[in-house]
Amino acid sequence: MNLDKKGLGGWFLIVVMVIYLGILIVGPIIALMTGAFQNGLMPAVRSISSAVFSQALALTMQIAILVVIIQLLVGTMIAWMLIRHEFPGKGILNGLIDVPFAISPVVVGYMLLLLFGRNSLIYPVLDRFNYRIVFATPGMFLATLFVCFPFMIREMVPVIQNLDRGQEYAAATLGASRWTSFWRIIFPQLKSGLIYGMTLTLARAIGEFGAVLVVGGGVQGRTETATLFIFRSMEERRYIEAYSAALLLGAFSVLIVFVADWLKRSHEKKRLVLSVDGGKP
Amino acid sequence: MNLAILRRKGKHQPGVWFLRGSSILFLALIVIIPLVVIFQDGFREGFSSFEYQISLPIAKHAILLTLWTSALMTIINALMGLVTAYVLVRYEFPGKRLLNAIVDLPLAIPTLVTGIMLVILYGPQQSLGSFMIEKLNFRIVFAPPGIILALLFITFPFVVRTIQPILEELDRSQELAAATLGASPWRIFQKVVLPALILPTLGGSLLSFSRAVGEFGAVVIVAGNIPLRTQTAAVYVFSQVESENRLGASAVSIVLILISFTVLLIANTIHKYWGAHR
Repeated sequence: MNLDKKGLGGWFLIVVMVIYLGILIVGPIIALMTGAFQNGLMPAVRSISSAVFSQALALTMQIAILVVIIQLLVGTMIAWMLIRHEFPGKGILNGLIDVPFAISPVVVGYMLLLLFGRNSLIYPVLDRFNYRIVFATPGMFLATLFVCFPFMIREMVPVIQNLDRGQEYAAATLGASRWTSFWRIIFPQLKSGLIYGMTLTLARAIGEFGAVLVVGGGVQGRTETATLFIFRSMEERRYIEAYSAALLLGAFSVLIVFVADWLKRSHEKKRLVLSVDGGKP
Repeated sequence: MNLAILRRKGKHQPGVWFLRGSSILFLALIVIIPLVVIFQDGFREGFSSFEYQISLPIAKHAILLTLWTSALMTIINALMGLVTAYVLVRYEFPGKRLLNAIVDLPLAIPTLVTGIMLVILYGPQQSLGSFMIEKLNFRIVFAPPGIILALLFITFPFVVRTIQPILEELDRSQELAAATLGASPWRIFQKVVLPALILPTLGGSLLSFSRAVGEFGAVVIVAGNIPLRTQTAAVYVFSQVESENRLGASAVSIVLILISFTVLLIANTIHKYWGAHR
């Protein structure tokens, strides 16, 4: 008996879903494309190759790449600890990781203002050394780090959980050092998870807006990231610039996430084939 | 085999303690201290002034607007998420893989960009937007429907991706039994499939609610920043920071944090409960 035979009801559900996705997601995306190219290709290209936007994009990439590197190290380490180690307070630690998911980006930026701004306890010390965190790149970096914090960890936890420990034991009995065992046994299994986690973090970091707006102030040429450039262009009614920059940013994020997703899938398929062949104990 | 081989140097070597200590320290610096600071700031003039700040008409309107738009979004999202997941898992049709990929798009697109997309599509300068305003008298941009659309776009994958794996793993024999006993597809769905999906749907919906409450980028573009009309709580915090009303910004921030945390806590409890009773 085939339960999945589509009756009239089945086709109705499919149509409802297609229309919903069309209105909610596809429609707006097409609107952005037509909006960016409404005066033809050249105005769009010209506006995203302007010096101001390049500068903003460079700042975005600078912050995002630094966040990704730190999350690659610290995020993986925390995920590893959560799976492989037992220690008091682990439950609390585990709960805290998701906190950035629940806090509004504006509030994140504002918290950093309170922490490092002019009225904060630490400000006299920072002022003494003439080091600026708020309304400067370090604050924007911290804000982005906070917002992106859970992505790497949540991606790596299941990957580390599913590591094949039999291979580690085998390596250990054969006299491999921890270091050798890490690079030859563990790392290859983590690789695709690491790439995927890094990509999600990168996409989130590039798109961050509220937190960097509040903590950085969005001063053109100094603390203006790509998203802040788009926001200012909207406010100043330079629509073509806003639309084409938004299209570029959105397309880039979608592209990297989809490529990483594809890589992850093909890796999983390869592992599946290996285990069918008896590669896995 | 003796598993102690892997712990040959003993469990508590200095390296492990260093890793553990630095991770906890990092987390404390990044997450706990900012939270402490904001609570301390919001209550620094006592509870009554906190209460005063959040009961100011503009602040109150912003909080209520955020709550009702997020709640309405959550209901629509739960319903459509359920339909989408069901269709994607149970039916074969041309273009299915493309649709499945489209579901993930909102996760990758920056929320500010989402806001701009909606303004282009439904804004008053555009033909569709002006048609809806003039002929149907229905405003989307700079009005609550725009907020709801933006929140729906952003949180759409949450419910779908929570339900999908559960539907895939669902034991089909009960459905087959119901079908052989002559139950209609709708009755099978109601009596067999739906009960297994209710808790996960609720969990995913609450997750999308807690995400929606704090949304800023998309909302500030779509709804604008009009106090008492389209200003949500996150946008209110932003405008209070700009006008240097620290107490007001901190008070509404605390309200936002408390709402999100409570909802997230309930969602996590549901996930745990559901995991234990599977």
